[in-house]
Formats: sequence, C-alpha cells, structure tokens
Amino acid sequence: MPKYEPILLKNMLQPGYTGSLADYERTGGYQAVRKVLGKMAPTDVTQLVMKSGLRGRGGAGFPTGVKWGFLPKDYRGPRYLCCNADESEPGTFKDRQLIERDPHQMLEGIVLACYAIGAEVAYIYIRGEFVLGATILERAIAEARTAGYIGKNILGSGTTVDVWVHRGAGAYICGEETALLESLEGKRGLPRVKPPFPATHGLYSKPTVVNNVETLANLPHIINRGAEWFASIGSPPKSTGARIFCVSGHVKRPGNYEVPMGITFRELIYEHAGGMRSDKPLKAFIPGGASAPFLTPDHLDVKMDFESVAAAGSMLGSGGVTIMEEGTSMVWAALRLMEFFYHESCGKCTPCREGTSWLVQAMRRIVNHRGRMEDLETLSDLCKNIAGRTVCAFGDAAIAPIQSTLKHWRQEYVSLIHEAEAANLLRPAPVGARH
Amino acid sequence: MKEIASLLHLTPPQVYETVTFYTMLNLKKVGRFHIQVCKSLMCALVGSDTLIGWIKTKLGIGPGETTPDGLFTLNAVECLAACGTAPMMQINDDYYERLTEEKVDRILADLRTTGTCSLKTGPFMWPDPVNAVRSEK
Repeated sequence: MPKYEPILLKNMLQPGYTGSLADYERTGGYQAVRKVLGKMAPTDVTQLVMKSGLRGRGGAGFPTGVKWGFLPKDYRGPRYLCCNADESEPGTFKDRQLIERDPHQMLEGIVLACYAIGAEVAYIYIRGEFVLGATILERAIAEARTAGYIGKNILGSGTTVDVWVHRGAGAYICGEETALLESLEGKRGLPRVKPPFPATHGLYSKPTVVNNVETLANLPHIINRGAEWFASIGSPPKSTGARIFCVSGHVKRPGNYEVPMGITFRELIYEHAGGMRSDKPLKAFIPGGASAPFLTPDHLDVKMDFESVAAAGSMLGSGGVTIMEEGTSMVWAALRLMEFFYHESCGKCTPCREGTSWLVQAMRRIVNHRGRMEDLETLSDLCKNIAGRTVCAFGDAAIAPIQSTLKHWRQEYVSLIHEAEAANLLRPAPVGARH
Repeated sequence: MKEIASLLHLTPPQVYETVTFYTMLNLKKVGRFHIQVCKSLMCALVGSDTLIGWIKTKLGIGPGETTPDGLFTLNAVECLAACGTAPMMQINDDYYERLTEEKVDRILADLRTTGTCSLKTGPFMWPDPVNAVRSEK
C-alpha cells in the first residue's frame, strides 16, 4: 500500500500526542507565526498562498489566495475572519478530527490568515453538537493566549488577533458562508443573496473571509515549507496539496485518510480503506459528501481532483467518500439523502422549500410501492425547477442524489413501480407540481 | 423565551423565530438523557435503523418519545459527523460510536445507575493506529 507523508495528521499520529500547546511547540509549532508576523508584508502572505494553489477544503474548492485578494485594499474599518467548523455534510468527519486532536494547528492557521487579511477578530463557528470540540478549542485558545500567540501585540510584532468560539445549534445550512454570518449575528441562518459577497459585505456588513478548518490548518505548513513544496504535491497546477478524505459505508476500514490529490478512487477505497467489507462487489459510491452526485464502478479510476471528478459528472466537494455494495437499494439511498435535505432546508426559497417536500413525498410513495410511472417525470421536473433557481447552492445539492440515481439506476425505480402495479396496491394520483 | 426577549430588548416572536430554526434548541421538555441517533445515509448503510430498533425494544420508546420515568428521550437526527465510526449516537454532550448491542446495553445500564458512561468516545481519530488493537475489545 503506498505510504504518503502525513502533513495535517502528522502530529496526532505520534503516540502520546495530546494536542496541548507544549506538544505542539515541541513538534515545531508556531514557527510560521514567528516567521511571518511583522517580518512579511500581509500582501506577500496572500501572494504566497495564491502561488501554492491552496483551494478551499470545505466543499466549493475556491482558491483561497484569490478569495483573500477580494477584500477591499483601502478599507480602514474592522475586518473579520470566520473559521467554518460547522461540519454537517453527511459523510464528512475530517474537521472533527483536526479540531479535537490538533487544535493548535488550526489556531496557528487562523492567526496567519488574520494577519494576511488584516483582521483583528476571528470567530470559530463550530456546530453545536461538537461539545467536546468546543471545549478543547476553548482550552487551546486559553493556552495560546497565555503564551502570547493570540491577543494584543502577538510576540511583540504589533499584530492583534483575538479568537472567539461561537457554538451553533444544529443547522446544516449554517455551513453555507452567508448563512453562517447570519447565524453569527444571532438571526435565523438564512443565506443572503450574493452579490454583495462576504469579501465586501460580510459579518455586520464588514469585509469578511470565511474559510474551512482544513484550509486554515494547511497554512502553517505552506509558510514553513514553501509554496513550491505545496504546489508540487497532488495534481498541479489546479488541485495542489494533500486532502483528508473521509471514507465511510461498506468498507473494511472506514475513517480519515490523508492522501495527495490526484490518486484514483480505486486506490483510496481498495488500498487505503481495505476494500469492500464483504464479498459483495461495489455498486455505487459518492465522491464528495451528500451533495455530490452518485458515481458508478466505471468511475473508480477517476482521479480525485476537482477537475477530473467534475468531468465525470460529480463533484469532489467535502471529500466524504461513501461506498455502497451490491444489494443496496439506490432508491432507498436517494430517499435517505432526500429526507436529510428536506429536514435541513432553511425555507427561504420556494423552489427548495416546496420542492424538497414534494420530492420526499414522491420518493416515499415509490419506495413504499405506491408509485406510478408519472412520478418519475414529476421527479425530473421538480429537480429541473429547483436547480439554479435558489439563493444558495443548497438547491443544487439537494437534487444531486435523485438526479444521479435516476440517471444511472432508473431501472430500480421502474421495478419498484412495476411491483406496485403487479401487486395491485391502491396508488393515489400524485398531487404534483406539473399542473 | 419572554425573559430572553426582555433581556435582549427584542420581541418574543423574534426570539421564537430563532429558536424554531435550530434543532438543538428544544421547545418541549426532554428526558435527563437525550439520545440522538444519527439516521443519515452513511450511518443507515451500516445499521443505524437496527440501532434505533434496539433502543426501541430496550426502552420501549420510539423516536420523539420519552420514557415514563423521564430518564431517556429518543430522537433520530441528521448527520453528526461520525460516519466512519457508525452506527453511533449522541447522548447529551457525549458521542458513543462503533456501537454494538452489548455496548448499547452497557451504556443504558451505566447511565441509569451512575449517570455517566466510560464508553463515550474522546478526542476523535479514526483509524487510530496507536490504539487500533486495544480499541477493538
């Protein structure tokens, strides 16, 4: 099995590593902060991150350096950095490991990012269910504050960075950057219409940058070892660096695996995660969390970088790879994910709010042997009317399971409907969106 | 909610609208131990429905219900970011992952008697190369 050098997971893999400040400093921690603060110009730091090709690790994959560059240059007021620790995408659990096992890595990244964008306050929006994570973070922040890495005049450089932990209360949509800002401001987490983008009008309408935990955790390594080093790993020039992929489902060894971008799914699933858990072959897999369309075994040799997966008809997203073996009903799987999206829809946009409700009703009918052939057209029609007609990307994400399962496994839907017809069960006429 | 409204100089509906948005803010009383079982696809693939069934048989309550003694409330919730260690559940502030029927028995028994259980999972790392062998037991 090919061994790759762990970067983000390096500290926590050492036996006896507790994540405390002493442990982190012993392994070379906070060197990047010493190297940068007061010695490198903030715009140079942004240039460095741009050169490294680091892309957001939360799901959208937007180049981080470019995002930082969108902030207004001559704006004199407060700016904010928000760390998005609201990891709620089904299939993803990498941020939890980064937060609970090596919090200082992330904190160092936050200090570096704040310095680069000129922010003096950073908020870590952590989901409410991560109680242990929030406790560990608060302890780490207190340690860093005492040691002088966070607070006023860090290490005598004149830079001030204050970090606060803000706990969420159970809403997937608050992982969307504008919904996160709304929730931070104390309101319902409803996404805002973009433009204006958070870079110009973010938290309290001030320039704000929202970055994922893993993106920020990469920053100390980029500063310490250089942008060229980072850009040489993975699949340059577009998808550089290593990523932590979260493998779940019917495999022998589910869990977090840090590998360079560009390896194939086959290598990740069969060599790192140990292959299928039983002798049943692979039937389907999701490459990037619940929002990514399903892929078939034909796609196992697709390389795991943003462009290749997009070309294959899906998205790399948050990196949550879920494996389904032969014998899993694709219609049932799509229904489970549809129920998730129905539950988590914020309710702001009519197509998403109503559409997810009708999609779930139609899917439940089909799964319970109450479907009709017209239901398949209703499903496609609903999906077409939700995609691209919503304020945020949730609508596009919500229809991904149904659209992709209808495309690749339409026969399963049809069989369920034929079974219903054969059993002559009572099937009420669908009350749908098409009249 | 009215108290919060007066403290923050808001109207009660403004507080109510925020409370109803978030799933963790309960509008109904919950039992002493709030059992939240993840029911998303990734956990369902490896048996979260069976887990809910076990709890149903052992405690006699379904999702959304509380035991008559007010000790346990069961809810099926969405992804808790523990998909690699499924099936799992969150009870109050603690995660319990990689569950089997024996572990569930032990957890419920421990909670009933002492109010805490040592099977709760600590700082998360999976796969855990250091403790991989020990944690299998």
